[in-house]
Amino acid sequence: MSKKQGQQTIVFTSPPLISSWASLVGPKEGQGPWGEDFDQVLDDYLYDEQTWEKAESKMLREAVKQAISKRYYQPSEIELLISGDLLNQIVSANYAARELSIPFLGMYGACSTMAESMLTAAMAVDGGFFSRVVAAVSSHHYTAERQFRTPIEQGVQKSATSQWTATAAGAVLLEAVPGGNPRITSATIGQVIDMGQSDAANMGSAMAPAAVKTIKAHFDDLNRSPDYYDLIVTGDLGKVGMALAQELFIKEGLLPQPNYSDCGVLLYNDRQDVNSGGSGCGSSAAMLCGPLLKKMSEGKINKLLLVATGALMSPTTSFQGETIPSIAHAVALENI
Amino acid sequence: MDSASEQLKQAEIDEYDQLVKKIEPKPPVVKNCIWAFVVGGLICAFGQLLINFLMSNGLNQSDAGSGTSVILIFLATLFTGLGLYDELGKYAGAGSIVPITGFANAIVASAMEFRREGYIFGVGARIFSVAGPTLVFGFTVAVLVGLLKIIFTS
Repeated sequence: MSKKQGQQTIVFTSPPLISSWASLVGPKEGQGPWGEDFDQVLDDYLYDEQTWEKAESKMLREAVKQAISKRYYQPSEIELLISGDLLNQIVSANYAARELSIPFLGMYGACSTMAESMLTAAMAVDGGFFSRVVAAVSSHHYTAERQFRTPIEQGVQKSATSQWTATAAGAVLLEAVPGGNPRITSATIGQVIDMGQSDAANMGSAMAPAAVKTIKAHFDDLNRSPDYYDLIVTGDLGKVGMALAQELFIKEGLLPQPNYSDCGVLLYNDRQDVNSGGSGCGSSAAMLCGPLLKKMSEGKINKLLLVATGALMSPTTSFQGETIPSIAHAVALENI
Repeated sequence: MDSASEQLKQAEIDEYDQLVKKIEPKPPVVKNCIWAFVVGGLICAFGQLLINFLMSNGLNQSDAGSGTSVILIFLATLFTGLGLYDELGKYAGAGSIVPITGFANAIVASAMEFRREGYIFGVGARIFSVAGPTLVFGFTVAVLVGLLKIIFTS
């Protein structure tokens, strides 16, 4: 029997267990509202390395190591690592995998990579191909700035719609074992949506339609209403994108519930000078592998829908005048 | 059929664009202008003080101007290195970009950014990644104006 339900959703017959998770964040993220909930807050952005790229890769590697050591596994006991990041050729993930010696699949879904990696890992586990799989992502403010924007020390004025790429890495270990919570019960794979937005300093507005479309497809495919979930979080729409998403929810006939929020808005407090909010793979990874999974393990949240959102442009396509295609993938986590 | 669905898609895009324009925060134009005016004005006034000082110490106007540029570029470079110029730029915007100090900042920030890729493919290749267009079009206009001067004065 097919595990696919409706147009875009898959329902896992033996929902994989999220048996452990780990998060490492930068100093700024540690000073935000959730500093206590991360496994490690770095003292500085270089993490004892020579370059920011090396620091990001080390953060990713350490997140994977911490997640698997919480279950007393050795890296050699992990059967598959599915991982990605924002950099060209996903170097943070590639270089982290070089050190880990775990069979590796690289992912790129821009800032949606956490959900993309998790749903692929869940398919690998539920499909019976593997029984222990790690999904992990990272982003780093200073590696992303230099690839996508301007040199750090250049004196430029950021617009209020711009977002701050989170310095964070998160990893989850999925296992095919009976008993225990939380589990990944279903996932909705998003389509690439382009609503003609082209401002790279306003990615929230480019991504909001993709997020809403995936959420709508998830509810339609599973015949669920938004109040099924205790919390629905998008990955990194920021304040602007979240406000747009709420308008689009009304248009789609989904009432914006009080249980909807966005990781990019939650990750920082208002005094942290991040304009519209956080962004990057690390935005959803940090919130998920920090406070959200902790709250699930404590039973404070029992049904969570994570909808990680990604803007799929590059500086080259932006300079060539292309609009910003966006994607969102939804992963349902439940205590069952 | 195709054109009808394209029109529908275009209408949807236009409608979304209207929504984005309604919701996105407006840039604080007045505040930004005041910041730019005050900071840009202070940098220029400081430059004028330097010119006056150098001239009162015996330099002619042309030499005093060159000396002032050198001092301003040095200070902008220093403050970029200390990580302070970008903090100023956050508030001052055009006020700290347009004067010669902004040009120095753009070059030094690029050099600092790419030094980890080495002196040839990092610093050397990328130092003008931000300031390059200014140089290209500055030189182009200079040559054009020079040609016009030759044509119309000879």
